[in-house]
Amino acid sequence: MIARLVLLALIACPATAWAVETDWPMEPMSPNLEDAPSLQRGFKLYANYCLGCHSLRFQRYERTADDLGIPHDVAVDELIFTGQKIGELMTTAMDPESAKAWFGAPPPDLTMVSRVRGPEWIYNYLKTFYLDESRPFGVNNKVFENVGMPHALIDLQGVARDACPPGAEDCHQLAIDSGSGLLTAEQYDQAVQDLVNFLHYVGEPTRQARERLGIYVLGFLAFLGIFTYLLNREYWKDVH
Amino acid sequence: MEQTQQAKRAIPRLWGGLVDWVDDRFPATETWNYHLAKYYAPKNHNFWYLMGWLAMVILVNQLLTGIWLTMSYVPSGDGAFASVEYIMRDVEFGWLLRYLHSTGASAFFLIVYLHMFRGLMYGSYRKPRELLWLIGMAIYLVLMAEGFFGYLLPWGNMSYWAAQVIVSLFGAIPYIGPDLMEWIRGDFLVSEITLNRFFALHVVALPLALVGLVFIHIVALHHVGSTAPDGADIKKHKDATGKPLDGIPFWPYTVTHDVHATVVFLFIFCAAVFYAPEMGGYFLEKPNFEMANPLKTPEHIVPVWYYTPFYAMLRAATYPLFGVPAKFWGLVVMFGAIAIPALLPWLDRSPVASIRSKALASKWMLGLFVVSFLILGYLGITPPSPVATAAAQICTVLYFAYFVLMPWYTRVEKTKPPPDRVTMR
Repeated sequence: MIARLVLLALIACPATAWAVETDWPMEPMSPNLEDAPSLQRGFKLYANYCLGCHSLRFQRYERTADDLGIPHDVAVDELIFTGQKIGELMTTAMDPESAKAWFGAPPPDLTMVSRVRGPEWIYNYLKTFYLDESRPFGVNNKVFENVGMPHALIDLQGVARDACPPGAEDCHQLAIDSGSGLLTAEQYDQAVQDLVNFLHYVGEPTRQARERLGIYVLGFLAFLGIFTYLLNREYWKDVH
Repeated sequence: MEQTQQAKRAIPRLWGGLVDWVDDRFPATETWNYHLAKYYAPKNHNFWYLMGWLAMVILVNQLLTGIWLTMSYVPSGDGAFASVEYIMRDVEFGWLLRYLHSTGASAFFLIVYLHMFRGLMYGSYRKPRELLWLIGMAIYLVLMAEGFFGYLLPWGNMSYWAAQVIVSLFGAIPYIGPDLMEWIRGDFLVSEITLNRFFALHVVALPLALVGLVFIHIVALHHVGSTAPDGADIKKHKDATGKPLDGIPFWPYTVTHDVHATVVFLFIFCAAVFYAPEMGGYFLEKPNFEMANPLKTPEHIVPVWYYTPFYAMLRAATYPLFGVPAKFWGLVVMFGAIAIPALLPWLDRSPVASIRSKALASKWMLGLFVVSFLILGYLGITPPSPVATAAAQICTVLYFAYFVLMPWYTRVEKTKPPPDRVTMR
């Protein structure tokens, strides 16, 4: 644990070097992989709202269901809409050629999006779509300007508008038309949190196994170190 | 009773017989004695003398994890990126192999830099160790190439663009540049063909060269022996049997030191592998989790941290000279900076080897050299700006000053005589 804290301190400073630049004040968000219900809800949201366009082509349904504690029959019935077998990769049924025609570019695969952009970025991205009639899909985004994607969660969040008075500087406000979404603001925040949690898991599904195994490895090395220290001291007693 | 006594004596006799049999056909005992049991190192070896051993530990780690990674890696434009994720997800403990290998690359360079610093501090490059030093420089060059070729293999976007940028440097060479670039890539841009040849070089050619060079590095070392940190020569005082009075045999004394150091090192190394394999984007850069895309240039193309001092020097050259563009001179400065330590045995005119016997001038120059190297490393990962470029130019001058001025400052300064016998501190 101490080693972990030291390392955290070590890596805290350079993290900004690759941050995606935006003037939007990022709302802090940290994923929690221990929260299995949140991950399960995130998986469900992803399957319903995202997987139609965005594949997770390096991740398999089966390992996801197993890691998240979802029984296989439930996963097959509730989460696999493509008729694929449970052992298959989570590809999308969308034809890339048509996708390119519709969106200008095929929707990117999102398996690793949380490792590329970071969970906090995705969280803020999904919360900052707003109405902009000048864009082809009628919406724009505050952290990803002129994004070529519609607001996939608009029926959950509702319609958001830029709430700043025209010409205002340093103003970062969005307002939701009341009653336009299925979820309240708190519920929507939770839904996005769940979704980002899930994507964080998919980015590196072995993260928890890694952190668990690490404790044993470091514990063993610390234990072994006592004996190699004593062995060394025993031999070097004769050297003056 | 009598029988068990006989049986007890039978085992050593059997062992002795086996050893004799082998010794008649292979120099087993001779090799053991020459390299381990009767190879003497100064008994005051300190922390810095552990690095050579640790470098070998990492080399073995890289070779073993590399072999297992190769079993699942697919060196093709379509397959490379996906196969790395396959290793991370579907191969049993594949994530561990990959992180051991990627963290090992950074650890290798860290240890090698510390190892080289030891050489600078204690004058390990001086007569009669010139060849030992040159072989070490060759190892360092091969290691840099090995790291560069290996970095393309995950076929991430930073892999791709870093390779593109570095290869395009050769384009700055007058006359042959463009053809040379094409020859290295095997294509008009970095492509699957480039990936395939880099793969071959990374997993076959350079590891062979590396292992061979490390072998002759050790052969040369054991021929001349190690330096002592205070510059004392342990061969000057021997007992009646020819054993150096201030030396300890490698086996078991150095070995017990090294074994404990290995465990301590592995603890730190594994803390990184298990809890910070990306090291905040230093060991594994974030854009590299996106597949190579020739149409999408990353915002800042930066090499991995262990190349950044030289990258900063490359960018520090901003003046065209003799009608040749600045880029070419950057290339010259960069390769000059990598190669110039090879001249150290002939640049150092001091009567003494160790920094402990040298005077303030040498200490200051070494200190400035280290500081400028670290600052250059930092500047190499930050986006260029006028201030950063000016700082890089100053540090580049300081870096070279350490070498170029060495014949002067090592000769004029007043040194202390090295101790006759080793000092335990």
